[in-house]
Formats: sequence, structure tokens, C-alpha cells
Amino acid sequence: MAKQEKSLYAIECRKITKTFGQVLANDEIDLNVKYGEILALLGENGSGKTTLMNMLSGIYHPDSGQIFIGGSEVKINSPVDAMNLGIGMIHQHFKLVEAFRAMDNIILGTKGKKEKNKVTSEKIKEISQTYGLEIEPEKYVCDMSVSEKQTVEILKVLYKGAEILILDEPTAVLTPQETEKLFQILRKMKEKGCAIIIITHKLQEVLEISDRVTILRKGKSIDTVETSTCDAQKLTELMVGRPVSLEINHPPVKESKTILKVVDLTVYKADGTKAIDDISFDIRSGEILGVAGVAGSGQKELCETIAGLMEASKGAILFHKENLLGKTPSEIIEKGVSMSFVPEDRLGMGLVASMGMTDNMLLKSYQKGKGAFVNRKPAREMAEGLIKQLDIVTPGTETPVRLLSGGNVQKVLLGREIESAPSVLITAYPVRGLDINSSYTIYDLLNEQKKKNVAVMYIGEDLDVLLELSDRIMVLCHGKITGIVDTQGTTKEEIGMMMTGENKFSDQEKEAQR
Amino acid sequence: MSNGAGNRQNEPFARVVKRAELSTGKIVLLRLAAVALSLIAGGIFIACVGQNPFVIYGTIISGAVRSVMAFQGTVKVMIPLLVTSLGVTLAFKMKFWNIGGEGQIIFGATCATFFALFCSGMNHVLLIIVMFLAGFIGGGLWGLLPAIFKVKYNTNETLFTLMLNYIALHIVSYLRDGPWMDPGSQGFPKIARFDKNASLDKLFGIQFGWLIALLLVVIIFVYIKYTKQGYEISVVGESQDTARYAGMNVKKIVLRTMFLSGGICGMAGMLQATGSDITLTTSVAGGVGFTAIIIAWLAQLNPFSILLVSFLFSVLEKGSSVVQSNYGLSTDCADVLQGIILFFILGCEFFIRYRFLFRKKEGTK
Amino acid sequence: MSMLIKFLVAAVGAGTPLLFGTVGEILTEKTGHLNLGVEGMMSIGACIGFMAGYYTDNFFIAILAGAAAGALGALIYAVLTVTFMANQNVTGLTLTIFGIGFANFIGIFVLSKSPEGTLKLPEKITAAMRGGNIPALSKLPVVGELLFSYSPFVYIGIAIAVACAWYLNHTKAGLSLKAVGENPGAADAAGIKVTSVKYRNIIFGGAICGIGGVYCAMIINGGVWISNNVGGLGWIAVALVIFANWQPAYAIWGSFIFGALRVLKYYIPQSVLPFPIAFYDMLPFLITALVLVISSMRKSGRINLPAALGLNYFREER
Repeated sequence: MAKQEKSLYAIECRKITKTFGQVLANDEIDLNVKYGEILALLGENGSGKTTLMNMLSGIYHPDSGQIFIGGSEVKINSPVDAMNLGIGMIHQHFKLVEAFRAMDNIILGTKGKKEKNKVTSEKIKEISQTYGLEIEPEKYVCDMSVSEKQTVEILKVLYKGAEILILDEPTAVLTPQETEKLFQILRKMKEKGCAIIIITHKLQEVLEISDRVTILRKGKSIDTVETSTCDAQKLTELMVGRPVSLEINHPPVKESKTILKVVDLTVYKADGTKAIDDISFDIRSGEILGVAGVAGSGQKELCETIAGLMEASKGAILFHKENLLGKTPSEIIEKGVSMSFVPEDRLGMGLVASMGMTDNMLLKSYQKGKGAFVNRKPAREMAEGLIKQLDIVTPGTETPVRLLSGGNVQKVLLGREIESAPSVLITAYPVRGLDINSSYTIYDLLNEQKKKNVAVMYIGEDLDVLLELSDRIMVLCHGKITGIVDTQGTTKEEIGMMMTGENKFSDQEKEAQR
Repeated sequence: MSNGAGNRQNEPFARVVKRAELSTGKIVLLRLAAVALSLIAGGIFIACVGQNPFVIYGTIISGAVRSVMAFQGTVKVMIPLLVTSLGVTLAFKMKFWNIGGEGQIIFGATCATFFALFCSGMNHVLLIIVMFLAGFIGGGLWGLLPAIFKVKYNTNETLFTLMLNYIALHIVSYLRDGPWMDPGSQGFPKIARFDKNASLDKLFGIQFGWLIALLLVVIIFVYIKYTKQGYEISVVGESQDTARYAGMNVKKIVLRTMFLSGGICGMAGMLQATGSDITLTTSVAGGVGFTAIIIAWLAQLNPFSILLVSFLFSVLEKGSSVVQSNYGLSTDCADVLQGIILFFILGCEFFIRYRFLFRKKEGTK
Repeated sequence: MSMLIKFLVAAVGAGTPLLFGTVGEILTEKTGHLNLGVEGMMSIGACIGFMAGYYTDNFFIAILAGAAAGALGALIYAVLTVTFMANQNVTGLTLTIFGIGFANFIGIFVLSKSPEGTLKLPEKITAAMRGGNIPALSKLPVVGELLFSYSPFVYIGIAIAVACAWYLNHTKAGLSLKAVGENPGAADAAGIKVTSVKYRNIIFGGAICGIGGVYCAMIINGGVWISNNVGGLGWIAVALVIFANWQPAYAIWGSFIFGALRVLKYYIPQSVLPFPIAFYDMLPFLITALVLVISSMRKSGRINLPAALGLNYFREER
């Protein structure tokens, strides 16, 4: 009987609905996966992918709808239920105890008596060999690299005997090589009869790894298609809901002068490792310099060093020939260098979540004006202006910004930076977590700045966007520049190669030297 | 694999979900309901020990305000509570868990006492000002110490300030047993009563600390709400990263704010020693530093609410001493009632932000 | 020599209530909840345990009653901070104020009803908890006095500490507990019932603190009830948790060292070490502050401070 059921769907969801407060996150979603199949769950940010998967893994509870596992209806009330049903979730943000060893993380939550370390270690090694994983069970998680941590996550669910694996954006933090390795492991699991759901918004990966694709849009399941019958264009249309030209405006560069020059910059992190390794480049007025690289290649440290938040151990940052190193952050802001960084939780760094727009406008300018008191009037006017200018949807200038939607929050952040009329605008991940329409508003804002002859540095994740938007792209890898190229005449593949450390720049140099 | 029917029984009876933000009116109503419930619970407790709760509650209130003298007594209790609450408010606004109000009160009082004991011949007004500054700076330094370690090594401030409370306490007992022992006490360890010249003047029959405390309410309100430094404190409290990205010098702000926070607590110590006790004892703080934390939190760090809450706490404290003399219930009754009221209010805060969803409601929608 | 033995014996005695408080608080803090109500829970335990002993004249009922009372105090804390997600510092402080007030209030209330004007434990129970009861062993020279002369509390305390050390380091339940305190989100995803783990350990920790309170009420003042009999020991226990680096095994010698510091002043003649008495009283706190600072200065070393200490957990936070 079990055999017969196995030939059916591993998971079948019918009309799953979930609301958060007043937000409808999932609206009657249907989804199914077979054993021995990889299903890609495709959708923009905020389309409800993660919410749906969290319900399958018992973290959230659906308001209504049915879930069938192996043909019989179930209620998944907790991660334990999910585990007992053979569902294992690998979260985008790893759910690991940093202070534990890998093996302790793996056996966490399992039943039975605690075995001797050696026994557990052997068991883990055995499983990892079956699927071609590499792991040191005795190593502490806090000493591990990102891809090692992901291996621990995968082993955690395999150790508990999961046959249905859900991976939430597993490649976001991996290099292309690590991604390829992960895909090999997934294919091996598929061969062994596992059902795999992979959540992603990277079309290329969908086409490469999945058998079928289910597309979500604004909390609804739009369609499920065989991957082999699809191409990127069709998937995008399904995802966004209308035929889109993936084109971003690209106004020509009028005049460009170098206004910020980074020379031989080296920066160390607090833990003593090199974050930025001897890099030199320049940012020019009236152009957008894109910065590409795998997450954690030194983007954040570069931003912080230019903004005066981190100390450099070597080199110089010249702004109109004046060295910015050694200046305080507020002095640098005053000179017209604006930097905004959208962190992963999206609110933590540029804005104060519990304050209204007015007080957030004040953040970088409250020191202006004499006396000990804050002058809120200009800030309020600025907030009102921005609401009109950028169509920010908010009940008022005093409503805490955490109550606004993601797109509006980022408009507030970028709007404030632009209002200060900077001559250099550095922005990192400004479209993080936004849907396509809101993203385009942000791109337009950046292009407008470019037209005003501002030097823009755009640090992004999506290579397609980087190629469309920027005039030049600088690629970072392990804190080094592996290439600075004109976007005309470059392909995504070339950039991808450089992200993994293939040094195009030096190749050219070598060529030139010969 | 477990089947559907088995799982249904596992379904949790109730689960917690976030609710949409409540209106201010509803929040106030909810808190009042919590207070009412706690008074009922307290009433049951009083009834359990064989007293009539209405009579006891009535006595507490009348005992605190029935006469000019009683009211003066209540205000006297309130002064250190109010000032210290305002002090810790600054630190809490910054999410710096200053549990060290006790120590800052004690050390501030100790520094002020130095001048009261050894410079009592000074011009009166000048002496009072000097003692005032000594109290402020002493408390400030005692608050600065954990802040220095916090910004330098990220030392846990809750635990560190807690330790400093006891270190300050034993400094006083050292001074009391040794160098500052009253020579006229024939070996009994106590510090001499201050010279008249070194004690605070009275205004309307109460030491004039009350005036300072009231002024401080307004000053702290304005400081937090309208000054650049107050704005900085709010931003740092909300997110240090945001503050850093806005170009603020977070370390400087933390140090400065903790100096002010400790300083104000130290001032409370000075007022208590020179205005009420007219000497320095080991019980100069007497738990005020801890109660102040609760007051500040109950009042949601709003200075005017702090004024109200600390007054109510003082009524409870003063009134219960009347209950003791009239009905033989010890003054500890005040602490028990305080505890019960707080438990209810702590619980009620939850319902402002979350609500329970019960099993019946779901699935059948 | 005999002076030294007397000193060591006194140190163990003075350290025992600290041992209970510390081990109880370690369990609590391992869940990620900082309970500043140790003093309160010990006070409630002291009061109820003493009264139970006073009326039943039975040592074990007294201990059980004290433990139950401490657990009840911890239950209030757990309901408020785990389920209702209230501020941990404020809740703990409130529990302390309430606990001390409650204990003193009940004490004075019972006292006022007692015909003798004092509350003194009856003879049988006093004999049961007195030291030197172990036949033969406690009569051995030196060793007898040093190891077998204590009140049963001492052995109960050590047994609990050893059991907790084993529980934390060698069982899956202990592993789950540590995971909850380090990263509740990860524990939750691994299928650990976070809320239940928190409740169980906080309440169990409270029970242990309660027994410590019973010691304070029954031993320190020779079986006579006085107000404020816990007298700040709960706060020292909070400090000791840091000193013991969140390890129940370290708590054993940690609390005996602190006990030694507390009785040192009676055994060192002023002429030998001319420090003022207040200095010895201050020492435990001074040392704890130093330990706190030094452990935060070491960046590399593995500190056992639970990473999620002081933060409440709400699963559907987003």
C-alpha cells in the first residue's frame, strides 16, 4: 500500500490560505510534488513562497486549506510533526546553533538516548558518503564557511530520515562552483527517491535543476509547468503577470569626471581577517558603477570604509583629491558622500523602524542648525515632499516606518539620501526584498541621479540588473577586484567567472605587457 | 508516518498571533482593566489574612493624603523614587539596562556626604551647590564605569551594574565602620548627623528636593523629546547600526548618557541623605534603585507618567505604614500589593501586541 | 590546623545556600531567560519551607514545600516572560520585590498569632537538619569533620549540582536546553518544543532556589524566623552564575569559595591582614565584576553565556 501511495504525490497542497495581520500572504495556493522529482517554486519577493514552505515545515499554521502527504491528509502543527512526516526544511537563514559542533546540531531534536560522540560521528559520516557530502562532525559551526554550514543543514534533515526536502533560496550565499556542487547533491537525492522543492527567484537555476516549476504571484499559485517546455522569458511573464521587457532604462553617460578615487585600499575586519585586499578603482560623475560579487566578498566593508565607519589599514580614498580616510562619518556626509545600505532584515541600518518619516529624515541632518534643540520643521516638509514626489503610501509623516510596505520603506531611505543632494551616492542592495515594479521605481530614481551628474555606485545581487543598469561593473571576490569592465561588450557568464576569482583584469594586463 | 486523525489531536489548543496595532484609547482601557484585576487579586490576598480589603485600600489612600503631614510624608517618599526613575529612564531609552540605580544613589550620596562632613563650615548656599555637584558627579562616575566596559569590551551591563550596587554599599559600610565613624557614638558604627548648615532647606514643610524633582520632570521631557542629544539617545536605543550609519558617535553617546543617568540617580542619593536622612546610612538607597526601574518601565519612559506612577507608589508605601499601625499588617503588605499589580500589568502588555487564537476558530472558516 | 578545618567547614556552610541559588539560576539562564528574581524565589521558598517545617516538624516536607514554593514563584515568571513575552528584567525585579515582601509579611503575620512571640523550629526537625548525623563516618578525625559533618542540605546541594552538570552535558534533554538558550529559532526548527523546555527548566530552577531559601530560614539563624533572612544571597547567586561560567560543576567550588570569602572576616585576625571588614563583604562582588570584565575581554575563548539571554522568542516574528 505504501508503495502504491508513493507513486502518488509526496506532497499535495489544496487551497492553502494564510494571513498575517491584514496581509494576505497565501491565497488558496495549490501545489504538488512527486517522489523522485525536483520542483522549483518560483516567485518574486513577497509572493508568498517562504510563507508556504514555513507552513509545510510546521513553523506557521495555515488559516485554511488541506495538506496531503503521501496521499493522506495531515495537519502539521509543529516542526516535530513535519519531521515525523519526513519533511525537512533547509532555511535560507541557517537555523544552526553557532556554539555547537556540527554533530550536536545534527542530532538536535532527535529522540532516544544520547550516544557516544564516536558513534554519532560515524553515523553522520556514513550518511554523508551516501550523498557525496563532505563534513567534519567535530567542527564547531561558528568556525565554518557558509557552504559548510549549508552541508550541516542538509545533513540535519537527512539524519532525521527526511524524504521530502525543502530548500529556501539555497544558492543565495554560494559561489557558482558551490552551487554546482549543491545541484549534484540534489540530483543524487532525487535518484534516491527524495522529493525536493527548491525555492528561488533565479531563472537560470530553475531551468537547470528542476523538473517542474510552480509559479506564485502575490500569494496565488499561477501555474505549474514542465521545465523542459519553458524558457526564461515565459517564466518571467508568468512570475510578473504581464509580458515584461527585461529592459531597464539606460541613459547615456554625458560627461564623466573621476570624483572619488580609491587607491591601494586594504581593510581588516574586527576578527583580523582581510575584508578588502589592496583594491583601486574610481567612481565617476554621471555614471553608475555596478559592484558584483558573491555575498560577503567585501561589499559591506567597502561601503563602510568609504563612509568612514571602518578604518583602513592601508591606502587612500580621494574625494576631489582630498583623502577621506581619517575623517569622521559626519564630516564625510557633509562633503556630499552619501551611503545607504539595506541589510538583510531591511530595516536595521538606514532607518529607525519605530520612528515616523519626519524623524527618519532627521537622521543624517539633525546636527544642522545651532543650539541644542532639534529643528523638525524642515524634516517634516521634506517628508511631505517625498511622499508626493515618490508616491510613498503612508498614513502620515509620523506613522512608524515599520508599518509601511517594503517598497515604501526603501523609497523613504533612498529618497532621504537623494534629498541631501549628494555628489557621490553609494547604495547597496536598494531593491532587496522588493517586487519587480517597486524595483523599477528604484532603478528610475538612480538613473535620475545619474542624469543629474551624480556619481552612483550600485551594489547589487542580480547580475541581469547590474548589466542593464550600470555603465561599468566592478567585480569583487574575497575582497579583491577581479575585474572592472564596461557593460557594453560583457556577458553575464564573464562576470560570473570573475565572481569566482578568475582574474580578467590581470589577464588583460598580462596581455598588454606582452 | 502518522496519519491525519492522529495529528488532529496534536493541534495546539491555542496559539499566539500578532494583532494589528490598537488605538491609544483601547490600550489605556486595557491597562486600567489590568489594574482593576490586580486590585481584586490583592483584595483576595488581604481577605485571606482576615482583613476587609475595602477598609485596607481605603486606609492606604487616606493614610497617605488625609492630612498635610501625611501628604508631606508621601512626597518625602516620592522624591528619591521620582528622581531615580527619571535617571534610569535616560539609560533605558538607549536600551542600556542600568540596574545600578542603587549603587549610583549610594555613591552619589557618599560623595555629597564627604562635603557635608568635612566642609560644613562653608557658606550654606555654596555648600549645598557643591554637595549637589558632588552627588551628581559621583553617581555619574558610578554609571560611567559600566558604560566604559560596555563600549570597550561589550561587558554585560545588567550584571555589571548589579555588582556595582553591592560594591558601593560596602564602601559605605567601610566608611561607617572606619574613617567616617561618628566619634560621639561611643563605638557604635554610624556616621554623624549632618550639621544644620549641610542639610537641605525646607519648602512648604518638605525638603526642597521636591521642587528639583518636579523641575527635572520637565527638563528630562524636553531633553528626550526636543534636543539633539535626546534624539541621539532614541536612535541608539532603537538600532546602534542605524546610529552608526547616520554618522553618530555611538560610544560617545553611550558614555555621555550613562554619565547623565548615573548622575541623576546620584542626585537622588544626595537629596535623600542631605534632605531626608540628614546623615549617610547603608540604607540610603533602600531598594529605590530597583523600584525606580519598575516605575520607569510602567510609565513607558514618559516623564509625566513617571511623575504619576511614582506618586501612586509613594501613596502605597506611605499608606501601608498607616495600615501597619492601625491593623497590625506589616508594611511589607505594600511590596506584596506592588508585586501583584505589576504582575498583572506585565501580563496585560502582551494583549496590546498579541492575541490568542483558539482551536475552534480555525479550519471551519 | 583545627582553625583551618573550622574555617573550611564554615565556608562550605556559608556557600551552600549560594550553591542552590546558583544552580537554579544556571538552569534558568540556560533557557535564555535572565531571572533577577532569585532573591524573591529564595525568600518565598524560605517562608513556605520554614512554615511547613514549623507546623509539620518534618524535614523532608519542609524541603519539598520550599521547593514547591520556589517553583511557583518561577512559574509566575515563566508565564509572564515565556508566554506573555514580558520584559525579563522588570519581571525578575518584580518577583524579587514581591517575594521578599510576601515572605516578610507572612512571617510577621504568623508571628503575630504565635503565643510565644518568636517562631522557633521544633526539636525533631532541628535535629534532622543538624550536621554530624552520619554514623561512624562523621566521627573520623579531620576527614570526618571536613567531609561528613555537614547538614543534609550540603549533600543535597552537591547532588543536585552534579546531577544538573550531567544533565546539561551528557543528555539530549540538556542539549535541547542549551540549544534553546543559544538560538531558539534553530531549536524550534529542529523540532524542540521551545516553550515547554523553557517552562520546565525555569520552574525546576525555581524549585532549586526554593530549597536554598529553606536553608536560609532554617539554618542561618539557628531555626528562628527573622525577616529578610535571605539577605541578598540571591543576588550573590546571580553573580556566581557568571563566576561559574554557567557550569553547575564549577558552581560547587565557586559557591564554596564565595562562602569562604563571606566567613573569612571571622577567621583572619585584624593584625595579620589589616583590611577592613567591609572589604571582605565586598570581595565576592568585586571578584564577580572582574570575572565579568575579563571574560568579555577575551574574544576568542568559548564563553558559556547563552547567546539568546534576555531575549524573548516569538515564532511567527517577521
